[in-house]
Formats: sequence, structure tokens, C-alpha cells
Amino acid sequence: MEGAFAILVGALFAISIYLLLSGSLIRLVLGIFVLGNATHLLIFVAGRLTREEPPLIPAGMKFAEAGFANPLPQALILTAIVISFSLFAFLLVLAYRAYQALGTVNTDEMREAEPVRAAPKLRGRDV
Amino acid sequence: MSDASAWLVVWPVLIPVMAAALAAAFWGNARAQGAIGLAGVLGQLVSAIVLFAHVWQNGALAMSMGGWPAPFGIALAADTLGAGLTVVACVAALAILAFGLADTNADHHRAGFYPLVLALMTGVAGAFLTSDVFNLYVWFEVTLISSFGLIVLGGRREQIDGAVKYAILNLIATTFLLIAIGLLYGLTGTLNMADLSLKVADLPQDAVLETIALLFLVSLGMKAALFPLYFWLPAAYHTPLPTVSAIFAALLTKVGVYALIRVFLTVFPESGELAREAMIWAAVATMVLGALGALAEADIRRFVSFTVVSGVGVMIAGLAIGSETALIGAIFYIVHSIIISAALFMAAGLVVRAGRTAQVEDLAGLYKGSPLLAIGFLLVGLSLAGVPPFAGFWPKVYLVQAGLAEQSYMLVAGILLSGFLTLLAVGRTFAIAFWRAAPGDAAPARLTEALQGEGRLLYASLGALAILTFAIGLYSAPVVEASTRAAGELLAPGPYIEAVLGEGALPADTAIRVETGEGGE
Repeated sequence: MEGAFAILVGALFAISIYLLLSGSLIRLVLGIFVLGNATHLLIFVAGRLTREEPPLIPAGMKFAEAGFANPLPQALILTAIVISFSLFAFLLVLAYRAYQALGTVNTDEMREAEPVRAAPKLRGRDV
Repeated sequence: MSDASAWLVVWPVLIPVMAAALAAAFWGNARAQGAIGLAGVLGQLVSAIVLFAHVWQNGALAMSMGGWPAPFGIALAADTLGAGLTVVACVAALAILAFGLADTNADHHRAGFYPLVLALMTGVAGAFLTSDVFNLYVWFEVTLISSFGLIVLGGRREQIDGAVKYAILNLIATTFLLIAIGLLYGLTGTLNMADLSLKVADLPQDAVLETIALLFLVSLGMKAALFPLYFWLPAAYHTPLPTVSAIFAALLTKVGVYALIRVFLTVFPESGELAREAMIWAAVATMVLGALGALAEADIRRFVSFTVVSGVGVMIAGLAIGSETALIGAIFYIVHSIIISAALFMAAGLVVRAGRTAQVEDLAGLYKGSPLLAIGFLLVGLSLAGVPPFAGFWPKVYLVQAGLAEQSYMLVAGILLSGFLTLLAVGRTFAIAFWRAAPGDAAPARLTEALQGEGRLLYASLGALAILTFAIGLYSAPVVEASTRAAGELLAPGPYIEAVLGEGALPADTAIRVETGEGGE
């Protein structure tokens, strides 16, 4: 079971890296989304998969018997999903604003903050 | 464990987040927001000083959220390093916020400048004071979300461009951090740093652990702007408001450096050989390429960005050498760099205001027009380059001494070369922009509006930081003493582990090893 999930996680990472290497801002944003989901699944698998044993404590006992599903990775993933979802929403708006302001979604053409300049015209004797 | 004094560790995180909520409630009222912002950071500073004084007297302090004993609950913990850096961060933030009162306008206030700064300070203090690796990730995201809001404040075209690069690369970095944390949890079954410290030492030192250490180096190195992952910083830090650049440069990269120190000294004190080897090369390349970038840069704000990158290399050099003297130097350098990065971005912002351009070659005669600004720039510039009477000199002395003692000659050469190149770059910028006479009959660039009314705050806050770096240079004993104790605690984390996990948490043989700080090299 873990093996199959590990292969799925690896495939998702491969897809996200392929998308991240793209020059299009939209693909980059989607790549980050897939990367986030691959990571959530990785945490889920790293916490070990246990089927059909919910982490419930029987009445009158302080601890559950061993062998129940680990609830902590699920709590971690829930936190991470909320964070990555809100940041994904921010990135979408930012990408749209970038398209409005810069007129392109091609990262090679986004040189506003780092313009290509001619060589400086200043010489030593001017100083 | 949960007696009254343990609450001290909560206030530096709680005060700014409450102030952020309060400032957000006064959305339309900029004056009230400004007052709440200043009061919030001031309150945070006071609580951080009280916490530091307590840690200084009684040793590391920990608090479990909800009274759940560590490692099951989330623990906040303060040692000399975490508490000390919180104090310094608050001092810098107070000066930056005073600068911001005069630097921001109504549009920035409407877009939530004050609540965002306070939220950022919450994240910074949280990252310095947490003792849980997943919690560390969450604080990183808190700072990241508020920094996204701050970097686009004003919404100019180049800001949007810078924000795209900043946002994407930082999100990838935090995702990598999450991957590293997930794998580490899968390996050890715990997230508490003190507990991890004990459990990782008992694991086989195999390829899995090496991979996790490398993932931490890559993700935190990206946050800290370490070679070859620093290119987002000079692409973005010069675009926002000078106030925002100052707060980013002062705090965000340093949080990354702090997290690297914490992870590699508390969680993996003896693992990750490959990551440590990579760290040496990355530190040398960051120092030298950052300084070369500063030397080549034609834009004064990007010049400052590159000097920030170069400084990160110096701090990581201390971690890479790893001896006590080296760590003293690295911690002292973090303190120095927080102050100096803020002051440099303030000075660069004032230069752009006075000269109406950021291009160094188009600036001239600033010394004649604005002598106070020129003196301020020169003071912080010389301190940055590590010229003797200033604060930047002392940490480099420790680092070079440690490097020679440990025979890390490459790191020593990198520190000296980057210092020399930085001095050249500062001298070049000063000579061209300030010293050179304005061509022809052009009036020298004046900063007239800045000396009246609220504009005085611009000078006062830059002056305060310039005087602070000069004062630390002249009287460095307290910072050295605090750095020495912080370095000692990092190398012998026994008391920190006991503070978090409770008395008797250390197994007998481990107790000896961690308390004497002798690793099984």
C-alpha cells in the first residue's frame, strides 16, 4: 500500500517539476499547486497508512490499543492544505495582476524589476 | 512547567498579533493604526527584553500550549539565541516603523500597512521562539503571507514583477521545508526539536538522514538567500517601499539563517555530512558573488540587496566552521546585520527621494545637498564593510580567528575578500553619488522636505540605527558576552532539551554527551 502511494507521490513531484520549469506563469502557479498536493500526500504516507482502525479510545481507557491510524499527519495536512490553498489564491490574483500590469505571462519577458541596461557611461575621470 | 514565568515566552508572539487585529479594526483611521502599530512593537520589545532578562538569569524557558506535555503538545521555548534575536528584531522594527510613519501615505494605509507589519513581527517572533519544526513552518508561512501583502503595497509595475519572483520562489522554499519536515516525522515520529535532537542521534546515519538534512539546507538556504538560490532577493527587494525593503532585509533572511542554525545544531548536531560540505561552498560563493554583485550594480537599492546577500554568506560561514568561536562570530554578525540592513535600505530610500533616481551614475553632489544623509550613509556603509571602529568589524575577527584555528582557509579567504570587495563597492557608491560635484549648474540634490515635520522621523530613525551600530562597535562587550553564551548553549543543548521535555528527559549517556558538547566525530 505504502509502495503504491510512494510511486504516486513521486509521479506528482515529477509533474510539478515539469510544470515549474515552464516559462509560462500560469503553468508555474499550477506547478506549485501540484507540488503542494504531492507534499501533503507525502506527509500522509510518511505517517504510515493504517486501514480500518480509527484512532478512537474505547470507553473507560486512557489510551487506544496499538495499531490504530495515526491522526497527527492528518492534522498537519489539514493545516498545510489551508495555508497552501490561500497562497494559491493569492498567486492566481498576483498572476492576473502581473498580466494586467506587464501585458505578458511569459517569465522571460518579465524584466520590469531587472531591466537590461546598456553599459554604464561613467568613466574613471568623471569621478 | 506551566508556572507564571513560562508565560513570558508567549507575550512576544501574542502582543503583535493582538495589535494586528486591533489595527485592522481601525481600518479607516491611519493615525490610530500608526499609534497601535508603534505601541504593539514597543510592547513586543518590552516583553522580549523581559523574556531575555529571565533567560539570562535562569536559563532556557519553555511553555507547552494547552498544558500538553512536550513532545505531544506544541512547545514554545526561548534560549539566549532565540530571546536575544527577538529583542534585536524588535529594536530594528521599532526604528523601521518610525521611518514608515513618514514614508507611507494614505494609499498604503488603506491597503493595510500597519496590520501587515504587525503580522510579520508575529511570524518573526514565533519563528525565533518555537521549539516545534512544524510550528516553525507555520510561522514561516505567517511571515510569508504578510510579506506578500507588503511587497505589492503601492502596486507599481516593477513591484508586481518583483512580487511574482519573490512569491513563487519563497513558496517553493516553504514547500521543500514541509517535505523535509514530513520525511523527518516519518523517520522519528516526533516534531519537537528537543525530542528530535535525542531521537536523530540514535538513528543510523544513512542516506535517508543525509537527504533530509540536504532538504533542510535547500529550503532554508533559499529563505536565507544562500548561493545558488539567492537570485530572487536582488530581483525583488529593491521594488517595494523603502520601509518594506528595510523590514524584509533586516528580518526575513535572518529568520532563515536562524532556522538553519537551529536545525543544524539542535536537531542534527552530528548528522548531514554532505549538507555541511555543501554549506561551506555555498557560504564562500554567497559572500564573494554577493559582494561582486554589489560592486557591479548600477542601482543603489539593488546594490544594498546584494550586500544583504553577501552578509548571509558570512553568517553561514560561521555555521559551516561550527566551532564555538565561529558561532560567536556568526551570532554577533546576525545582530549586526539586522541593524545594518535596515539602515542601508533606509539610507538608499532617502537617496532616491533626494536625487529622484536610483541610478548611481545619475546621482551627484548629494554630500553638498544633504550632508546629514551623506554622513549617515557613510557610517552604515563602513560598518557594513567591517572597518574597525564599527560593529561589522568584531564578528569578522571572531570568524577569521575560528577559520584559521579550524583550518578552513577557503572560508577565511572568502570573508576577507568579500569584506574588501564590499568596501570597494561602498567607496565607489559614495564617491559617485555623494562626493562627485553635480555637473554644470545643476543644483545639488536636496532632501529639504525631510527636515520638517514628520520628515524628521526619516532622519531620526536612520540616525538611531547608525549610532547604534557605531556604539556596538565601540562597546561590543555585551553583545560578545550574549553571543558567547548563545553559542555555548547551541553546542551543549542539554539544558534546552530539559527545559522543553522536563527534568530527567536526557538518557544518562546522552546527558553526558550533550552537556559537554562533545560529538562522536
